[in-house]
Amino acid sequence: MNRRNLLALAAGVAAVPALPRPGFAQLAAITGAGASFPRPVYERWGQAAREGAGVQLNYQSIGSGGGINQITNRTVDFGASDAPLAADQLRERNLLQFPTVLGSVVLIVNLPGVADNALKLTPDVVVDLFMGRITRWNDARLVELNRDLRLPNLPVSPAYRADASGTTFVFTTYLSRVSEAWKSGPGAATSVQWPVGNGARGNEGVSNAVRNTPGAIGYTENAYATVNRLITTQLRNKSGAFVRPTMASFQAAAGAADWSTANFAADMVDLSGETVWPIVSPTFILLPTNPVADRVAGSLNTMKFFDWAFKNGGEAARRLEYIPLPDAVHTAIRGAWSAVKNPSGASIWTA
Amino acid sequence: MQQTVTSPRSSGAFGDKIFEWLCRGAGLLVLALLGAIILTLFVGGLPAFREFGLPFLWSTDWNPVEGRESYGAAVPVLGTIITAILAILIAVPAAFGIAFYLTELAPEWIRGPVGTAIELLAAIPSIIFGMWGLFVLVPIIQNYIQLPFGEILGAIPLIGFIFDSNNFAGTSLFAAAVVLAIMILPFIAATMRDVFLTVPAVYKESAYGLGCTRWEVMNKVVIPYTRVSVVGGIMLGLGRALGETMAVTFVIGNANRIATSIFDPSTTIASVVAMEFPESLMGSLKQSSLLALGFLLFVISFIVLATSRWLLRSRLK
Repeated sequence: MNRRNLLALAAGVAAVPALPRPGFAQLAAITGAGASFPRPVYERWGQAAREGAGVQLNYQSIGSGGGINQITNRTVDFGASDAPLAADQLRERNLLQFPTVLGSVVLIVNLPGVADNALKLTPDVVVDLFMGRITRWNDARLVELNRDLRLPNLPVSPAYRADASGTTFVFTTYLSRVSEAWKSGPGAATSVQWPVGNGARGNEGVSNAVRNTPGAIGYTENAYATVNRLITTQLRNKSGAFVRPTMASFQAAAGAADWSTANFAADMVDLSGETVWPIVSPTFILLPTNPVADRVAGSLNTMKFFDWAFKNGGEAARRLEYIPLPDAVHTAIRGAWSAVKNPSGASIWTA
Repeated sequence: MQQTVTSPRSSGAFGDKIFEWLCRGAGLLVLALLGAIILTLFVGGLPAFREFGLPFLWSTDWNPVEGRESYGAAVPVLGTIITAILAILIAVPAAFGIAFYLTELAPEWIRGPVGTAIELLAAIPSIIFGMWGLFVLVPIIQNYIQLPFGEILGAIPLIGFIFDSNNFAGTSLFAAAVVLAIMILPFIAATMRDVFLTVPAVYKESAYGLGCTRWEVMNKVVIPYTRVSVVGGIMLGLGRALGETMAVTFVIGNANRIATSIFDPSTTIASVVAMEFPESLMGSLKQSSLLALGFLLFVISFIVLATSRWLLRSRLK
């Protein structure tokens, strides 16, 4: 092929996107960056919203920290974070925060002869397992809780996320909530100084470490545990009942949460209620409240996108093991969108 | 014809000037880049150095919890140095054997394929080594090395603690060192083979003629003749071992605790930076500490290089 042919070909390729294509012509592109935890559901929504809302979503899961950095620099239309930002930080960065879906964290174990959701754990036992205070699986306290199980004489091998992550933030928040010793010791953050155990990268690393090591215990997002059929455990909640990690117990947590907190930073960790799974957390979107003129369209389309997702995306989220927000919260979020104003001071969201 | 004789001469002198300055520019560019990188890391790490002062170097804290943030470099620095040294200890004898076998002992037809295999090993991306390490090597270490040998060796008085660990996950300093050793082996082996081949045959033949054994030829003729390049090859391997990220992260256990045993999990500088950077906020103390760690890695590499130069000072002149 000679050079002229190549040039013609290149010109043809370049021209293709400019050609009017029926159905796609009016697609509005938005870009977002941040948390990796909600990526699957955002991508699924993104595919469906092309037809449904006429919005083309480009989401980069670079981690919550990266998402906050990018939206602070206004290089994307929205940021996504697993942990809520403090009110003063939101004010300082001129950001509006709202939740999209809920996720839950479950405990996974590798104990030969112990079936899925059979092992019963209490909050203080979980803390002591991750603190290194319970070192053998046939410890008297574990045997006492699980009289119907034959617990092996194996060393306890905790596995945790080595990369800083929202999952670790939620899990360590739970541990800090139920244990004063954990609160004043390792504490709650996207990564902490673990007293014992091994770190692995990502949910897949943790589950692999647990699968390979008899006697291992780890924590992972429920979506990941379900898809990979990992052995999860029961956990005693604040009301004293042992609950299994199921959609029903997660939804019970969503119903029990107090959503009237400022910036929707609802606390869903260790809530009261007979059927409530104690480690549930929302994941958040960060939207500039003062988008510059050429980002106004992006902000509006972001809101359109999530408006569409709230109306139509519940089933898709549930299928991916995420928990949709209650309808009342959706309404409250749409109300909060009026805080996003264009340079002349008018609300962008008018629906 | 007349024109073509004169014009190249004048433009040749001019072209040579351009060439000279291009080369000079390229040389200076390297220096400028190096300086810029060091400066960026240092300036980025300055808030951490200022906050923690000199104790940053020996503090074992790595606590990103809001309100009581505290960072120290001791664990990753130690982990980096220990894994790199262990890897060198494993890789150098093996590389030496490979190189000597290929240059002196192997039949002609086997030299080509084995040499190519070594070079191919060097071309495998590090993430592959990491995955292989995690799925294949770690279970092997866990079941067949740590369990049987850890306890026996742990009974040795005084140094037994080095092998005695209650970490049973298999991911450990030792696993990282083995993966690193395999990764740097081809670099060292290929360098050694190439320089062993440069030894004039007449030297070796004379030595054999005097009745030297193979070991004596290696020890008294080949090694002294090639010492500078051999050390250079080892340093190349050490440099890679110090900075390796993905493969190490997979198998080291990522625990910010001082390891007392080679079977304990620990972490390295490159691994901490890779794991923590995406979730660090711009301008935060955490990000600054990570940049400071990067600066320290630079310093360590520099010290290693300077030491090797110093060791060879008489030879390099």
